[in-house]
Amino acid sequence: MVTYNLIGAGLIVIGAGIGLGQIGGKAMEGIARQPEAAGKIQTAMIIIAALLEGLAFGALFLGK
Amino acid sequence: MKIAQKTVKFLTIVVLALFTTVGYALESDTKYDSSNDGGRVNTKTEVEEYILHHLKDSHDFSLWSYTSVEGERKHVGFPLPVILWSSNGLVTFMSSEFHHNDDGHVIVEKNGLKFVKIHSKIHELDQEAATVSSDETHHATNAHKVLDFSITKSVVGILLIGFLLLFWFSRLAKQYKTKQVPTGFARVLEPLVLYVRDEIAKPNIGEKHYRRFTGYLLTVFFFIWVLNLVGLTPLGFNVTGQIAVTACLAIFTLVIYTFSGNKDYWMHMIWMPGVPVLFRPILAVIELIGALIIKPFSLLVRLFANISAGHIVIMSLIAIMFTLKESLGVVGATGLSLVLSFFILLIEILVAFLQAYIFTMLSALFIGMAVAEHSEAH
Repeated sequence: MVTYNLIGAGLIVIGAGIGLGQIGGKAMEGIARQPEAAGKIQTAMIIIAALLEGLAFGALFLGK
Repeated sequence: MKIAQKTVKFLTIVVLALFTTVGYALESDTKYDSSNDGGRVNTKTEVEEYILHHLKDSHDFSLWSYTSVEGERKHVGFPLPVILWSSNGLVTFMSSEFHHNDDGHVIVEKNGLKFVKIHSKIHELDQEAATVSSDETHHATNAHKVLDFSITKSVVGILLIGFLLLFWFSRLAKQYKTKQVPTGFARVLEPLVLYVRDEIAKPNIGEKHYRRFTGYLLTVFFFIWVLNLVGLTPLGFNVTGQIAVTACLAIFTLVIYTFSGNKDYWMHMIWMPGVPVLFRPILAVIELIGALIIKPFSLLVRLFANISAGHIVIMSLIAIMFTLKESLGVVGATGLSLVLSFFILLIEILVAFLQAYIFTMLSALFIGMAVAEHSEAH
């Protein structure tokens, strides 16, 4: 039973990691293309990362 | 001259940061010394217990503890008042009467009632019972929980920071009456206030309504940020890592955006225009669950989990000096743990700001959605 929980937690972390990597990478690309929009991109990036993180933490929290 | 000044500043920051880590280490170091007396104690379980104990709220303000030469556990700190609403009305006493006992062996008699503390929760013992008996899951069978309004460690933290913020910001506000530019510490606060107003409140809520909500956003931002930072000091506060505290903050935001929502907001939530009528009830259910449950839940879990995780990581890294003592030697294990916990602490200082920023930002975003005005039908 404990191992299933741990596998679930691992899957959550993998998923969240992929998602965060995508957000960060795309934001970097965006900033490289349009450096003048860096502030706006950064804000949007942090909001989306926070939403994703909330989801991942929620899943970990419920799966504990 | 300038370079020298910069170097001094940098060194001060480094020393201060190191001091925090060392303070943390001292706190745990003195606690662990007891594991050496009287046979082998499993370090792993003790570390786990210690971390779990830190994450929970406690009834005493304990700074550190040590085992004296006579083998007696001594606690350094101060007691806090316990305020209970029991079956016999209001009961108050100081938490020192429990003598730091946490497994229900010390019984405090007040107003003809017996109280015990089990796992940081105060229970009222049944009248005829003399000692606590518990079942195999360590739940007491002859005692029940009472309504606890005690000034616990977290409450002390909240009050402390509340009064500190009140003092700082009332001084800042007063300064504008006599001069244009604030002086002293207020000069540090002014750009932060402007940052919250211009970067968080204004773009997310909109030019027309932001003034009404800036007060709340400033309050949560500084409250969370300062409490997060205090949580990193050796005082051992873990206020924003208490789920009750974060839940309360999330409920404040929920109440504010629910009650300031305008006609358009409720219209879009309950009877979404521009969608086939058949889908509208389904969308209404989804929107209502999203607005009333998921939004505050994500707010509260994010803050709670981030801060708890940070505390667990820091304390685990400090515990390296005990768990790896055999394989790396005392110096090696202590060095490793100092280096690792130092850098994690630096990251945690960033996280402390980031979480306060995100909480405020999302609150502003949710409020902005509720008060947004739709100029044209779509």
